[in-house]
Amino acid sequence: MSAAPTALQSAAASFVQRFDGLKGRLLGDAALREESAALMRRFGLPGPREEAWRFTSLRKLAEQSFHEPLTPVADCAALLARLPRIDSPRLVFVDGRFRDDLSHVPTQAGVRVGTPAFGTLAKPEQDRLVALNTMLAEDGAEISVAAGVDAGMLLLVSLATDLHGRAVAFHPRHSVSLAAGSRLTLLDIGIGDGVYLHNPVMTAVVAQDAALTHLRIQNESGKAFVLSTLYADVAEGGTYDSFTLAVGGRLSRAEIHARLGGAHAIAHLNAAQTLAGSQHADFTTIVSHDAPNCASRQTVKTVLAGAARGVFQGKIEVARIAQKTDGYQMNQALLLSPDAEMDSKPQLEIYADDVKCSHGATVGAIDAEQFFYLRSRGVPEAEARQMLVRAFLAEALDPISNEAGRAAMEHAIDQWWEGQSA
Amino acid sequence: MLEITNLQAGIGDKPILRGIDLVVPQGEVHAIMGPNGSGKSTLSYVLSGRPGYDVTGGTATFNGADLLDLEPEERAALGVFLAFQYPVELPGVGNANFLRTALNAQRRARGEAEVDAPSFLKMARAAMKALSMPDDMLKRNVNVGFSGGEKKRNEVLQMAILKPKLAILDETDSGLDIDALRIVAEGVNSLRGPDFSAVVITHYQRLLDHIVPDRVHVLSAGRIIRSGGPELALELEANGYAGVVADAA
Repeated sequence: MSAAPTALQSAAASFVQRFDGLKGRLLGDAALREESAALMRRFGLPGPREEAWRFTSLRKLAEQSFHEPLTPVADCAALLARLPRIDSPRLVFVDGRFRDDLSHVPTQAGVRVGTPAFGTLAKPEQDRLVALNTMLAEDGAEISVAAGVDAGMLLLVSLATDLHGRAVAFHPRHSVSLAAGSRLTLLDIGIGDGVYLHNPVMTAVVAQDAALTHLRIQNESGKAFVLSTLYADVAEGGTYDSFTLAVGGRLSRAEIHARLGGAHAIAHLNAAQTLAGSQHADFTTIVSHDAPNCASRQTVKTVLAGAARGVFQGKIEVARIAQKTDGYQMNQALLLSPDAEMDSKPQLEIYADDVKCSHGATVGAIDAEQFFYLRSRGVPEAEARQMLVRAFLAEALDPISNEAGRAAMEHAIDQWWEGQSA
Repeated sequence: MLEITNLQAGIGDKPILRGIDLVVPQGEVHAIMGPNGSGKSTLSYVLSGRPGYDVTGGTATFNGADLLDLEPEERAALGVFLAFQYPVELPGVGNANFLRTALNAQRRARGEAEVDAPSFLKMARAAMKALSMPDDMLKRNVNVGFSGGEKKRNEVLQMAILKPKLAILDETDSGLDIDALRIVAEGVNSLRGPDFSAVVITHYQRLLDHIVPDRVHVLSAGRIIRSGGPELALELEANGYAGVVADAA
């Protein structure tokens, strides 16, 4: 290629350069890392001409230069104070590195840290952010629950410290494995200050009749880039029940690939995005029905203030074998400002003939009748608007049966709201 | 006391109210009757501050306060309550939360102490019992999945809890069967007293059998063309609006 490299290519090149300097010290599958580096060298970061990245541009990310995280010694008290007060075991990562001193390792689940367990679910060749992660991952949690064990709730926490203008990038690699009939509720929280890139990849294997409840709160710095990719594989009778909340981040994307590989498996990929200012958040899902009698549910709600932009891309693939599939996808956006924008792209790809798949999308403003009704009863404007925003999100949040998790979500949303109206 | 003087209002360039004069003294209930399109609902919306109406002339004061200059929530805090002809559904908002938020917002605006959840529930349950409403209506989302009669009863429940000084009932009788009509009327009657006044807007006389007004006014083409005692409603019922409208023309 003779043309000058684009920002996306240059950014990829600097990540590769980091890899070249670091690779002698990186643990885990070296060959896989080299393959991922080759992908990065060849293709760079994904650009707007790639269909999966049409609505989310990484140009701002490419214009930022990132450094290695420093050895994490910060006491992080201020960040820790922002965590919901939940008395459960927790694994705490600071700037992508495990901090034993801040963690309480669970007794009901096995945990290994330090060496990224890449596994086979994640596909670096199909997603270059996964390639980037695979190339540079230094740390991560490997969580396993033995057959029949109910491991209760576990917090997986990412804290990002403000290193005074020194933007850092970290690429944690997590894996969760639930053996047959086991259960785990994973409350996955990201918070931070300053400019950084948090590019986590997680793989979740849910064996027969096991149930993983995955509650994710992305409440990261308003200056941060947060690009997460998750792969879930659910066996017969198993459940992957997730809720993804995006409140923070300057530019964020949560991408989920969920495969229902055994009959009667269930996936819930619900989400809420509450954004303001010039925030951009993208929720992208690919659900693959690869077995009969499976069900997938997605209720995705986005609230946009200021000049914020929300994206939802939801693809449901139904293989020929996946008869009696029940797929549901609903995407709704509430625009609080004329400058906000929502892009929504539902996609159904169905090869079986006896399936029930529905999808719908709506974009609207606050309902004037409802707003007046509340005000006519004495509720002031700001409070009425907040009630209607909460009501809009309730349909997505109400099904979260874990009370502590739901309360943490609601708290994050309330704080976001108060930040807007202040 | 509600005092309306030469009130003119409309939507855009279209005039609807063409000079309303009306005085409702404290403690009185006045009925406003009139054919469809005479401006009855517009009057209720202009008094309660619904956006979309342009007031082009005249005044409306309540106990001396200039209503037309106030936000809807400020009017509510003064004690003005509009019972909607078509109560609005609020999916995702629980009825109890809605009622308590409204009550406490009004109390805050008036500098009164807020009502805590247990006292509120006690108050709400008593009010619901009086209106023959099942307890679960507090838990349901506001007006969602309510029948027409339940929605109207829910309006009266709000009235019973918010205890307005001036209630404007916009065709509260529409869509009600006889039993529901009686319950709703009893709910309104129970609020009657020296500090409560009401403007009862209705197309039909039958509501006025149950809520007996002190005065009846006939609204036609945006003006009050005739006023009288409760017997005027009976005359309208017997002869229709045509005669009264023709006499006034």
